Amino acid sequence: MTDGKNKENRMRKNSVTAALAAASMLLAGCSGSGASNVPAATKASAVSQDKIDAAMGTATTLNFWTWVPKIQDEIDLFEAKYPKIKVNLSNQGGATAQYQKLRTAISSGAVPDVAQIEYPFLPSFILTGGILDLTPYGFADLKPNFVPAAWGQVAQRGAVYGLPSDVGPTGQLFRTDIFSKAGIQAPTSWNDYAAAAKTIKDKTGSYITDLPGNSMSPMVAFLWQAGAKPFAYDGNKTVTIDLSSDAVKKVVSFWNDLIQKNLVSTDNQLDDNWYQSISAGKYASWLAAAWGPSFLQGTAAKTSGLWSATPLPQWDGAAAASGNQGGSTDVVMKGSKNPIAAAQLVKFINDDPSSTTMLATKQFQFPASVATLKLSEFTDQKSAFYGGQKVNAVFASISGTVDPAWQWLPYNDYVSSSFKETLGKAITDKTDLLTGLAAWETQIKAYGKQQGFTVK
Amino acid sequence: MSVTTVRHVRHGSKQKQNLVAYSFILPFVIVFLAMLLVPLVYSAYLSLFRTQLVGGRNFVWFANYGRALTDSLFLTGVGRMALFLVIQVPVMLGLALFFALALDSGHVRGARFARLAIFVPHAVPGVVAALMWGYLYGKNFGPIAQAFTALGLRPPNLLSNGNVIGATMNIVTWEWIGYNMVILYAALRSIPPELYEAARIDGAGQIRIAWSIKIPSIRSALLLTVIFSIIGSFQLFNEPKLLYVLAPNAIGSSFSPNLYAYNLAFTNQDVNYAAAIAFLLGFVIMIVSYVMQLSAERRARRAA
Repeated sequence: MTDGKNKENRMRKNSVTAALAAASMLLAGCSGSGASNVPAATKASAVSQDKIDAAMGTATTLNFWTWVPKIQDEIDLFEAKYPKIKVNLSNQGGATAQYQKLRTAISSGAVPDVAQIEYPFLPSFILTGGILDLTPYGFADLKPNFVPAAWGQVAQRGAVYGLPSDVGPTGQLFRTDIFSKAGIQAPTSWNDYAAAAKTIKDKTGSYITDLPGNSMSPMVAFLWQAGAKPFAYDGNKTVTIDLSSDAVKKVVSFWNDLIQKNLVSTDNQLDDNWYQSISAGKYASWLAAAWGPSFLQGTAAKTSGLWSATPLPQWDGAAAASGNQGGSTDVVMKGSKNPIAAAQLVKFINDDPSSTTMLATKQFQFPASVATLKLSEFTDQKSAFYGGQKVNAVFASISGTVDPAWQWLPYNDYVSSSFKETLGKAITDKTDLLTGLAAWETQIKAYGKQQGFTVK
Repeated sequence: MSVTTVRHVRHGSKQKQNLVAYSFILPFVIVFLAMLLVPLVYSAYLSLFRTQLVGGRNFVWFANYGRALTDSLFLTGVGRMALFLVIQVPVMLGLALFFALALDSGHVRGARFARLAIFVPHAVPGVVAALMWGYLYGKNFGPIAQAFTALGLRPPNLLSNGNVIGATMNIVTWEWIGYNMVILYAALRSIPPELYEAARIDGAGQIRIAWSIKIPSIRSALLLTVIFSIIGSFQLFNEPKLLYVLAPNAIGSSFSPNLYAYNLAFTNQDVNYAAAIAFLLGFVIMIVSYVMQLSAERRARRAA
């Protein structure tokens, strides 16, 4: 349809007329809708600095959909820098509600200018053709500013769909008092984990940790850490699903073993029962993402001072690895009437040091920005909850060990919901996890075929 | 001569009356058309297509309906709702009838307070009710679990696979007893008291009066509550949707056909199939209600 199958990333800083840029953006928009809504990778030409300055000097109102708490502070900084631009902040009620509304908005055309989307859901939105490629705004040059794992989530097949806001590398938060009562250290290798779990259970009555069945996020992070690549999408019509590989089976069998021996609990995570349990010491550790530490301080306040952070146990002692849980990006919607201003908003919030520092230190969003991760203001923060430990520094070093090559399927809503009925159900019911795993694979392959994908 | 004049005068004022009448119901008709009829027609239209993430939208006649009739998730959901119908509805209506009769007998002290107290659960918004019960059902720290622990017994997991249907029935019963009770109580209040006097003269006690006079007299109100309950139980959505957050593995995405249609539309991105499921559910409800009404009429005719 367009001539945009060329995947070469050519950036020309010299000016090209705005009309040409606008026309190619229009064509990019056209290719997204219609009978086949797999978007063509159109290459729009660079937008000149003059155009950007002109747009930022024009009175504009931007609609920004996000659920980051108190992000108004960063928006105020943006509005101070660009007084002509007014940003309307709108919280749609959290991630799930926002995605539903966003999809409806894309169908109807009444989209916001900027929206927050978590990494696992980004491919499904790219598939709708509703996300603007930000390469014309020079975003490809921002690659060195972000941790590789985060950049890998937003930059795909030569296009840049947003800037990483935060990441969730997974580490181990453990109760120092329970572990010392059992007389052991926090395990550094999965090989030692089963033995440690037994010791903890026998000597203290607590479970070493909880593996939930109501969210696929922890299990997926463990697969990510083990080097498995169960999901792949070529950006066109082919998805690759492999939940039978050795790496996947190794991880799932490992947890199956622990569950069958009743050495880990399988309560749902992040509900009232879980908060109470963790405060009461029912779980001796939480294999948590980087947003866990501050989260825990709110929900388990009475256990302050009894926690410590350390990396996950490893499969391969020589090559430290981890996986992400959560993390999101801000994107510009293709139907936005102010793409230039919207792109600058995304750039400011996620790349400007004044904003990223504040997001990290005040709103406790774990930064994806390399510069922020190195700030002593951030890494030297000592946390009384963690016995005076510099928790941010621990997670900052973990964030560098996450594999950047991980991919998600373009129908993550279904993958997540299917998990809860198959593998997640097996976890909660404590039945054979490998059977649940096979059922999960069958379901998501069937869905892919039904939706017209070529499933490998 | 006089007839035509009278007819002429009556015709003019009747036209004006008709106009006024129509203008009164116009707001309702507009809302009815826009919010009910148009979406229904659009849904029916959508259900004849199939949209794929890759491949776009295609016209497929009634393929979606065929797929629904062989979809085990849909059929299990309908079966589950039939279970609701067979267990929860008689229990709920039985209790509502019992309370209505008890309050009507005049032997209850503080009847007005009792009426209010029984109705209050219905006034509580469904969302609040489901969240509250979700907390009550909490398997380690909910009050029910704590009561069991205090007695030295192992607290049951009320949101486990086997118990979740009963738990949901409990919530629905708790919510709707008051509503049905009020309908039946109002019907009871409209029974002419002479019947009671005649019965008392014949030496009938309260229970005999209830059985032979009150219940037959409110047959139409009972049928109304039964039909409402049939429709309500097949359309169950609120409680499973909210309990799903607390127990996603036990509830699943296709617990009730309505919830299944919702998840098909918003999680599976399969709006067309969701529309077909919704219509099929509507047909099932129509058929069951009609059968119910027919058998009730037949029974009434036999009794009369």
